[in-house]
Amino acid sequence: MTARHALLFCAMLLAALPLHARTLAFVGATVHTLGPEGSLGDATVLITDGVIEAVGRDLPLPDGAEVIDARGKVITPGLFAATSQLGLVEILLVEETVDDRQNDPRIGAAFDIADVVNPDSSLIPVNRIDGVTRALTMPRSGDGVFAGQAALMHLGGGLEPVTHRRVAMVATYGESGARLAGGSRASALARLAEALEDADDYRAHRGDYLRARRYPYAISRLDLEALQPVLRGEMPLLVHAHRASDILAVLRLARRFELQLVIAGAEEGWQVADRLAEARVAVIVDPLANLPRRFESLHARSDNAGILWRKGVTVAFSVYRTHNLRNLRQAAGNAVAAGLPWEAALEAITLNPARIWGVEESLGSLEPGKAADLVVWDGDPLEMTTTAEQVYVAGRAVPMESRQTLLRDRYWDLDRPLPPAWYRR
Amino acid sequence: MTLYTLLRSLAATLPALLLSACVSVVSIESSESTKGEAAGAAKTSGAGMPAAPAYPSTYQPLPGGTFLIRNATLLIGNGERMDGGDLLVRDGLIAAVGRGLEAPEEAEVIDAAGRWVTPGIIDVHSHLGVYPSPGVQPHADGNEMTDPVTADVWAEHSIWPQDPQFTRALAGGVTTLQILPGSANLVGGRGVVVKNIPNRTMQAMKFPDAPHALKMACGENPKRVYGKGKKKAPMTRMGNVAGYRKAWIKAVEYRRKWQEYERKRAAGDSRAKRPKRDLEMETLVAALEGRVKVHMHCYRADEMAVIIDLSREFGYQVAAFHHAVEAYKIADLLAENGICAAMWADWWGFKIEAYDTVRENVAMVDKAGGCAIVHSDSPVGIQHLPQEAAKVMTASTRKGYRVDRAHAMRWLTLNPARALGIDDRTGTLEAGKMADVVLWDGDPFSVYTHVERVWIDGALAWDRADPRYRPQTDFELGLGPVEEARP
Repeated sequence: MTARHALLFCAMLLAALPLHARTLAFVGATVHTLGPEGSLGDATVLITDGVIEAVGRDLPLPDGAEVIDARGKVITPGLFAATSQLGLVEILLVEETVDDRQNDPRIGAAFDIADVVNPDSSLIPVNRIDGVTRALTMPRSGDGVFAGQAALMHLGGGLEPVTHRRVAMVATYGESGARLAGGSRASALARLAEALEDADDYRAHRGDYLRARRYPYAISRLDLEALQPVLRGEMPLLVHAHRASDILAVLRLARRFELQLVIAGAEEGWQVADRLAEARVAVIVDPLANLPRRFESLHARSDNAGILWRKGVTVAFSVYRTHNLRNLRQAAGNAVAAGLPWEAALEAITLNPARIWGVEESLGSLEPGKAADLVVWDGDPLEMTTTAEQVYVAGRAVPMESRQTLLRDRYWDLDRPLPPAWYRR
Repeated sequence: MTLYTLLRSLAATLPALLLSACVSVVSIESSESTKGEAAGAAKTSGAGMPAAPAYPSTYQPLPGGTFLIRNATLLIGNGERMDGGDLLVRDGLIAAVGRGLEAPEEAEVIDAAGRWVTPGIIDVHSHLGVYPSPGVQPHADGNEMTDPVTADVWAEHSIWPQDPQFTRALAGGVTTLQILPGSANLVGGRGVVVKNIPNRTMQAMKFPDAPHALKMACGENPKRVYGKGKKKAPMTRMGNVAGYRKAWIKAVEYRRKWQEYERKRAAGDSRAKRPKRDLEMETLVAALEGRVKVHMHCYRADEMAVIIDLSREFGYQVAAFHHAVEAYKIADLLAENGICAAMWADWWGFKIEAYDTVRENVAMVDKAGGCAIVHSDSPVGIQHLPQEAAKVMTASTRKGYRVDRAHAMRWLTLNPARALGIDDRTGTLEAGKMADVVLWDGDPFSVYTHVERVWIDGALAWDRADPRYRPQTDFELGLGPVEEARP
């Protein structure tokens, strides 16, 4: 992670800090660390000041540690949504509450949502009480092939949930890209390449451009600037691509410009798993996508994730709706049913998103020095019969309540004497 | 269109396509046939409707035999559970359920130790075939968005039986589904119940003698589709209700004309003028008379309460509210009125009328003594319905209303069968019922569990271990990599 990122991350941790050092000790749980320790039975997790201090069996408990009896429980890292529109969408069909896309042709790559993530979104508590602690939040495509830039956020509450800005550039290829670019995949590829060429020329001749001595670029100055870290290979380019041959086309583009590429969608990724592995390109897939929903995903199949994983591709999961990022664990469970090993499925919703977005040094697994994002479950987290009993973000227990639990409680007993509105809280 | 397609298409799409879900339709029967199907079954002469069904079912079960499933965990579907139970199927029907059943000589015996057996899953809210995969525009046949009242259209006339989604639903244990028009319109048209045996024709899938649905819709969708954009009513929720009332008033009047005509004819008046047939009115009258079941897309509690009064005003019964995100707020009212609520486990937030979802919704309807149903409205969700029920079962039990697996299975089998009016024939593992049966390799509510086999009317329709019983529709033939090339 870059220095700037590290600073931001530390600032976030500091904001979460209580006034004096505080150690929590979770004792007796089955702990899936996703680190070198693997999975441990009857283990202890020590957290100090929001950071994991140690994980292991028979750890001595420091003086003054607050001991949490977790016998019979399962502890995992907090779930990490590899893609979402969290904080950008409240109600999909109420446009005032939607900030994830725009139609200004001057702003494509430069569209940066980091400052508009809504910390009050009701989606945050709804999803965090089911174990989601981190998310990449990103734009959806508007009028151009570049949708804009994504940010990382935590779900721990507070007015400034964004921890890392400009984490990825988002672009669209395939059927949607073709539509945005004028009708053909070829025009989408041309637009992508043209923007990158312009940005590259701009890099070398910025002064001339500003004195209007360069040929006119196809994209705005803001977009040219926004693409610089992509060209330097510092900012991953996330491309939505579905058909196997579309994935290959994007791989060629990435090779030409030496980009760091991530593919989202990739329903036909299984057909080109070797190529993805060879290019060390990670994919973000929806394990429930097994239907020929479009002509570009005719060969979608439920063992896609398993095949990709076996070929050595880094796989993370997405769910279709940001409102229900909590269903990432259901997605993972179904991937297991279709042949993916259990640990790989858990990794796809914890450590791998952290790896893909370059924050694996501080997030994604239960290892000393990492942020203490963890979930105490009453059973196997990938089962729908399991409940998150307590969720911690950077060492802090989040309130296990949401608008939905409050509504439930208000209406649980319909025989109360007053109308519901008189039961305030 | 389904919510699913709706939201998918939102990424770059036409507001007009945004409509979803439920509209109800009632069916009209044409003149020539003998054996009633669906809505046509009733021999009423009301409203001049022919007594026999149109587009009759030609469904024939696949070839089947006698078999005995032994030593399984049986979830009966009515709330009961039998461990170490046996199930005997003969002639397409469940012949016996119990322990230690004798295997008839001709019976195939299936040792199901460690396995679970349930009734076939029934989805009351599906758009398979009318919003098929691939979801391209020429396939978008679920919403007749040309007028807010299209009681005259029938979803069955849109069904593409080659939709690959049917086979995926089958792999998820779904044996019966109701295919509905979308929810763009106040009155969207007739829905139809099918057996999940994709075939050459829609008629060959129709569930014999199942009542049609009348799909109606509350709330945002109709007013978004019409209203401001089309400069046409309804533009508001009050406009919605005015629209329903006008339609029902016309239906009552239509029925009266036919009754008068029939009364005159009966009195020997050979010059009595026969009223003109009206497809829309035939469907609405059939709904008034209960021959067609009213299934209404309705999210908000207050709107459901208005609809209950509307049904009293015109004297019909709502079979089920679909989507019913706020059913928990009026669970008592729904139970008192004998109206089922069909719900998702956790969908929310795509519209403001879907903002108040709670995960215990289904269980709260159940707890009030009502008829609770988990539905899908999705070609993906339909493949995993027990997982959806598991979410509710778990949340509710934790909150203090204990739901066990046997009970939760009701939400997927008996209750939907009841809403569809077919609970006398399917929906439970009881002797005499259709042998619509699913064999699971473990607890059906686990994400890790697979459907091993599915029988419909006693015939093997899907088998995880045998490619010959993993049907593939025409569309999927010959496209892309051949099987051998797959890893």
